[in-house]
Amino acid sequence: MLGRLKGQLRSFLVTSIVALAALTQGNSAFAEEKVLRAVLHADMRVLDPIWTTATVAGIHGALVYDTLFGNDAKGDAKPQMVDTYDVSADRLTYTFTLRDGLKFHDGTPVSSKDVIPSLKRWAARDGAGLRLFGFIDKLDVVDAKTFRMVLTKPYGMVLESLGKTSTSLPVIMREADALTDPQTQVKTAVGSGPFKFAADLWVPGSKAVYVKNPDYVSRPGNEPASFFAGSKFAGVDRIEMVWISDPQTAMSALINGEIDFYENPNIDFYPILEKAKGVKLETTGEVDSHIGFIRLNHLHPPFNTPKARQAMYHLVNQEDFLRAVVGDPKYYRICHALFTCGTPLSNDGGSHFFKDYNPKKALQLMQEAGYKGEPIVILATTDHNTITPATQVLIQAMREAGLNVDAQSMDWGSTVTRRAKKDPPDKGGWNIFITTTGGVSAANPILHTWIGAACDKGIFGWPCSEKLEAVRDSYGFAQSLDDKKRIARELQTLAMEEVVYIPFGQWNQLISYRSDRLSGVVPNTGLVVFWNIVKK
Amino acid sequence: MVSYILRRLLATIPVMGVVAVFVFFLLRLAPGDPAAIIAGDDATVTQIAAIRAKLGLDRPVLEQFGLWVLGMLQGDFGTSIFSNLPVSRLIAQRVEPTLALALSTLLVAVALAIPLGVLAAAKARRLTDRLVMLFAVMGFAMPVFLIGYVLIYVFADRLGWLPVQGYKPLSEGIGPWARHLVLPSLALGITYMALIARITRASMLEVLSQDYIRTANSKGLATGRVLLLHALKNAAVPIVTVIGIGIALLISGVVITETVFNIPGLGRLTVDAVLKRDYPIVQGLIIVFAGVKVLVNLMIDISYAFLDPRIRY
Repeated sequence: MLGRLKGQLRSFLVTSIVALAALTQGNSAFAEEKVLRAVLHADMRVLDPIWTTATVAGIHGALVYDTLFGNDAKGDAKPQMVDTYDVSADRLTYTFTLRDGLKFHDGTPVSSKDVIPSLKRWAARDGAGLRLFGFIDKLDVVDAKTFRMVLTKPYGMVLESLGKTSTSLPVIMREADALTDPQTQVKTAVGSGPFKFAADLWVPGSKAVYVKNPDYVSRPGNEPASFFAGSKFAGVDRIEMVWISDPQTAMSALINGEIDFYENPNIDFYPILEKAKGVKLETTGEVDSHIGFIRLNHLHPPFNTPKARQAMYHLVNQEDFLRAVVGDPKYYRICHALFTCGTPLSNDGGSHFFKDYNPKKALQLMQEAGYKGEPIVILATTDHNTITPATQVLIQAMREAGLNVDAQSMDWGSTVTRRAKKDPPDKGGWNIFITTTGGVSAANPILHTWIGAACDKGIFGWPCSEKLEAVRDSYGFAQSLDDKKRIARELQTLAMEEVVYIPFGQWNQLISYRSDRLSGVVPNTGLVVFWNIVKK
Repeated sequence: MVSYILRRLLATIPVMGVVAVFVFFLLRLAPGDPAAIIAGDDATVTQIAAIRAKLGLDRPVLEQFGLWVLGMLQGDFGTSIFSNLPVSRLIAQRVEPTLALALSTLLVAVALAIPLGVLAAAKARRLTDRLVMLFAVMGFAMPVFLIGYVLIYVFADRLGWLPVQGYKPLSEGIGPWARHLVLPSLALGITYMALIARITRASMLEVLSQDYIRTANSKGLATGRVLLLHALKNAAVPIVTVIGIGIALLISGVVITETVFNIPGLGRLTVDAVLKRDYPIVQGLIIVFAGVKVLVNLMIDISYAFLDPRIRY
């Protein structure tokens, strides 16, 4: 009976829909095109990948623009726009030559005149760039395809910085665009990358469209793609970055085949997606992970003394956090290191701080450090799928210890505003907030901004240690992997003592896509890339 | 009537002025800073301040307000802080989906709810009445997003008859356009339908108890004729009022429905702009929504004169 009713209802609806569809023909202009529809973690709203550090702007930048170098899966920099380069024996002079045939989307050739201002603009906004330019004495055009960089010291991170795969990417823009003040947004997106941005089809907050760049010249030799290295090509005619803000809807759209790629499915949805036909959930390795951490404000009591900060280690049982944030142990790992676990620099320097989860001891140490029960202001983000549960676990642990917690609930937009305030907590400032960082950045002391302790010049929380900064600087001059490992251990030990932050674990954020339609997906690199993907 | 309409239109000016003042200053009072969102995780306080200065957000609030009002008077709603595009363009891009969703919802709701309400009143205190009222209570009690998810699960996930999400412009054909509107219109329309059906029933019951209806019945007029021609017309004023009030419900419902069904309309634009603290967009949208609400109220008031000859302006 029910089946018959269902059949009748279905036939009625289908007939109605077919009749409606027959009334007018749909637009078939794109019927022949291979269109990749992707949903990212956020909507593409800003065209300038230098002006903002938003990851989604970096993804857009990687499609539209190209970079001089691209770091591969091992973190080694490989030439991308650069054809050949030469390093002098004293490692102070780098001479780069661009590949033949590089053209911007408006048809003008890429030249050294475009490269110099592009790098300068990038360095004005990016930590790794700023550090690199601190060692640059001269950066000159030699000819249309050649430019030269002269350093004051033999800084060892030149190529890795130029090939970095996290925001802000050192993309090469047209000279006129690159001369724009770094604090002002470039209003167009004309690069030399494998895809062109279709400005006329852009609906901010809904859809950004990219079309294949037929003039893109891949690196010769058909090198396999690895992170940002290798031969890149546009495997589809058109990419539509569709913004679906509701994760449930996005997941259903992927299962129903309305989209091809969903970058950031909620961890809760993994079991459903694992069972969905034609859908693949991809784990992309150790480096490509997320690291969650607790940031303390070093400027104000009680966390302006190392002892009070170290007391907080006794409130962090990573298993508690990871169960709340991730749930399934196969997607997370306990990681007491400050460098991404599973990468060469990961070590156990200072990890003894984590050995003893003990709320009573935490309170005792806090009291010894001068804590008298003042409210501790936590910026309690309420709308983030990982930060929100982690914050709740921390609040619970602090209350269990008997600390006076003032959890101030707010959306993430308010948290990012509030954390920039240096005022005392009772005057609009804060004591604690929780955030995450990417495993790619956290694998390298120079790119890992949160490990810095540059006082007022640093970022929110403002840890301050000249010694730590000096050790971090020395990493740029390391000559061998052993040397790098030694410095990383020393740096991590110091950072743990200073409590620059307290990690609460590492987990994989899987990507999902229609494996029955897509092939050639480049394993995630911290930034999702869409080159080399072919759609059936 | 003409002078009444003119007076009402002139009265919208101070109303919009008050809305503008409230929207602007409430947004500035709310926590959040677009410069901090733009600058991102690795930014220093100095970098955030530099972006704020470039965006003009460090100027005195009164100066910012003055500039915004001046622009508005010249038809310039400002520029989005993030996308750098004119707010008027962003709103124009989103009007069609929202209008299509609102009109189809209105059509579905009115077309189904009024007959249901009339039927319930005609069969008062009988099973049909109880069923209609049960539907009305449930429809009004269930949140729009829940109805949306249930519809998606049944008609898109399980049966695969209709798309989960998205919107196709009318220019791509009536078929795709209608297919993408069925589920959102139903999700949004059920609450609205429940409201209209309840009011229609109540209003009809009041009219049906009046002497002239008893006279019409005793004259032997057909039930349908009595209900539709004699009763419904006289019960129409409260129904039309509720339809008008429901426009506000529709506007708030559109925000949720567009999020659940991923329709790129004004509702989604509002939510995204609020989360990103894109002040010019939020301000422009609230002004547009307020203007729509004022105009709808005016149209409803005018319609009274046509429905009830005793009402004169």
